[in-house]
Amino acid sequence: MNAVVEEHHDHDHKPTGIGRWLFSTNHKDIGSMYLWFAFTMFFIGGALALIIRAELFQPGMQIVEPEFFNQLTTLHGLIMVFGVIMPAFVGLANWQLPMMIGAPDMALPRMNNWSFWLLPAAFGLLLASLVMSIMGMGSAPNFGWTFYAPLSTTYGPDSTDYFIFSVHLMGISSVMGAINVIATIMNMRAPGMNYMKMPIFVWTWFITAYLLIAVMPVLAGAVTMMLTDRHFGTSFFDAAGGGDPVMFQHIFWFFGHPEVYIMILPAFGIISQIVPTFARKPLFGYSSMVYATASIAFLSFIVWAHHMFTTGMPVAGELFFMYSTMLIAVPTGVKVFNWISTMWRGSLTFETPMLFAIAFIFLFTMGGFTGLMLCIVPADFQYHDTYFVVAHFHYVLVTGAAFSIMAAVYYWLPKWTGNMYDEKLGKLHFWLTTISANVLFFPMHFVGLAGMPRRIPDYALQFAEFNQIASIGAFVFGFSQLIFLYLVIKCVRGGKKATSEVWEGAQGLEFDLPSPAPFHSYTTPPEVK
Amino acid sequence: MRAVSRPLGLACLLLASNPLYADYQLNLKPGVTSFSQGAYDIHTIVMWICVVIGIVVYGAMTYSILKHRKSNNPNPSKFDDNTTIEILWTVIPVLILIAIAIPATKVLLAMEDTSNSDMSIKITGYQWKWHYDYVGEDVSFFSNMSTPKEQITNQATKGENYLLEVDNTVVVPINTKIRFLFTASDVIHAWWVPAFGVKKDAIPGFINESWASIEEPGIYRGQCAELCGANHGFMPIVVEAKSEEDYLAWLNDKKAEKVAAAASAEKTWTMDELMAHGETAYNTSCAACHQVGGEGLHGVFPGLKDSAIVVGDIAKHIDVVINGVAGTGMQAFGPQLDDADLAAIITYERNAWGNNTGEMVQPSDVKSAR
Repeated sequence: MNAVVEEHHDHDHKPTGIGRWLFSTNHKDIGSMYLWFAFTMFFIGGALALIIRAELFQPGMQIVEPEFFNQLTTLHGLIMVFGVIMPAFVGLANWQLPMMIGAPDMALPRMNNWSFWLLPAAFGLLLASLVMSIMGMGSAPNFGWTFYAPLSTTYGPDSTDYFIFSVHLMGISSVMGAINVIATIMNMRAPGMNYMKMPIFVWTWFITAYLLIAVMPVLAGAVTMMLTDRHFGTSFFDAAGGGDPVMFQHIFWFFGHPEVYIMILPAFGIISQIVPTFARKPLFGYSSMVYATASIAFLSFIVWAHHMFTTGMPVAGELFFMYSTMLIAVPTGVKVFNWISTMWRGSLTFETPMLFAIAFIFLFTMGGFTGLMLCIVPADFQYHDTYFVVAHFHYVLVTGAAFSIMAAVYYWLPKWTGNMYDEKLGKLHFWLTTISANVLFFPMHFVGLAGMPRRIPDYALQFAEFNQIASIGAFVFGFSQLIFLYLVIKCVRGGKKATSEVWEGAQGLEFDLPSPAPFHSYTTPPEVK
Repeated sequence: MRAVSRPLGLACLLLASNPLYADYQLNLKPGVTSFSQGAYDIHTIVMWICVVIGIVVYGAMTYSILKHRKSNNPNPSKFDDNTTIEILWTVIPVLILIAIAIPATKVLLAMEDTSNSDMSIKITGYQWKWHYDYVGEDVSFFSNMSTPKEQITNQATKGENYLLEVDNTVVVPINTKIRFLFTASDVIHAWWVPAFGVKKDAIPGFINESWASIEEPGIYRGQCAELCGANHGFMPIVVEAKSEEDYLAWLNDKKAEKVAAAASAEKTWTMDELMAHGETAYNTSCAACHQVGGEGLHGVFPGLKDSAIVVGDIAKHIDVVINGVAGTGMQAFGPQLDDADLAAIITYERNAWGNNTGEMVQPSDVKSAR
């Protein structure tokens, strides 16, 4: 992003060279670092996924050993959740929140720096274990991203301790990032911008930040108990010492379910910014969007055990968690209906951000349907831990969260760089990505219903056809992302100059600033009527 | 040959169905128990509800994309609010959800009722095999995957039931309410037979239960459904449902086998007998971790070739195999295998792969060490 900054001649003092990035307290520089970090991790996590799909291309073991396969699925999950989706959203928050609320920067710039720089340390630890595994010095974490005890405690490899400290660092980073978001939104809004005038992206991040503060310490607690079980003779999760392996799952999913909404609420915010712009029409049902987001956040705390229906909980528990989970469909449905109503009788154009937003609505809804199916306990007994679940969460996380991030990058990239991206390449990237994502993930529904468990390195012959199709989709999907990388670099380096409004129908304070936006965003607060 | 034919087969697949592969399946199957049929029915109901909602939602979107594009509709409407419709699309989904919840609750309550069962089988998950104990019948055995390693490594043609075949099948009678009790000895496993609709976690230190009353005789296959370590993908389940008489005959055979096994433990074995039996038993019970060639998996499972324990003191070696090593993946095999198996395995380990100690361990040695 160096090139960009050299181009615009504002009068801000900023350090030069490596120090500009190491010691940065600027929301834009830190936002860029978050986004590039997430992008890098996206390719690393994606490469692991491609090895998985290559191994699953046909029955039999061809490329990796079963033990290493488990390390691949574990690290793929951890990297994509904690290294890609979450940092990318924090990057977007850093870039956008101050501009959208009319502030000069984030409220706590030094903490901002620290919360970013913890991430390379955290992932350095995690990836070190993979490098050591490849070099034949033990095993990387191999117990799945959900790291159920006792597989991760008594039976965990030595690198589990790397994993534990890595998760601690990620947690501290996320909590500090969340505190910063809340402090910024509460204190730095432009005069006149009351809560119900905030852009939806700001609202969704505001609520997401509270979720992060509520649940990241729970995750920290879980890994700390693992650490003491492994090394200090406690038995939290060891039945032989009076502990309970199922308690681990309760704690994990009490974190884990809000976590999945941490990965989707900002996406809802992004889509709610993009659809009105390209429909040239205000967002339908602003206040119901806010209430729906808040309801989803609340419900996320009382549905966690729907991940655990086969653990043998009492039937009353199964019923409670089934009913509470079904309720999520209501506010989520409201959001989808609102987006469609925003499009209704609008004046639609289909630039790349809008294409990704529309694909998001289509495909996230698909993940919503399978989510509804999964919450039905008797049917879940058949779906649980199969590829049907894998299909479900890839629809909500890849064609949901990841698509929204791509949409956001296309939407705001001209504002960040001052240059328009290459629209032709953007559309090519969109179509390749969307088609291949469906070739990749849709057949997983079928193999899941046909009985293929997840996290297996080899499978029975009747699953072969759809696994081959999925693997082909995976490779097209993976390599299509190189177009995205090329497009972003190209846009950073130059291109057609963007106007301050960027898009014909764009609304919001960030579009009152020139493109590229000045280093310190709003140095005098704008007046919001 | 197989490895070459697969990519070619894929090309065919894109044009027509490929005869190389078993028949694929797109949807759940109704299965053979009231349990699985209940799950299938509720699955079908919810799926069709989703399809109908999908048609409405995607239809509205598609219509809007086609009709409300700028070229068709240059002047956008400005509405952003409609209380009536917002109430409608909140209330209607709630009603649909209630309509789903009622049958789902009924099916679930029937599923969770394990009372009045006719027999019980205790199922214990081990890394990476299942142990079945017919409660009250004094019949119990391990069930290991029987797919040969050569098929997995693509050195032999894969059989019809590749990865879904075992050495000891669980035999059960049809039309009998069978209660399953689940637990595990090491990590969490999950016992799943899709045709029964039964998937339950087997958790160390806890006992879960479920049940099935199988309506049709046949062979039903399933797999472990909870990640349980390196060979999670290689611990299948095979259940054979037979008529009551055939089941009782099988049960008597199993009891007779047990008597015969006890007798063979009394005799003194020759080196060749021990090595031959040891190789089979080792490959079944030990090779998953320590590998067929005894080299182990670096950094995960220790090798046995030239290992200090295996070529060292016999008593120590017997102790490790019988009692396991606490806090590691090394299980206590004493309760799992009989004296003859253990003696043969220990002898085999001490003499295979260049560990030429020349020492023999007899079943009587194991018996006295227990």
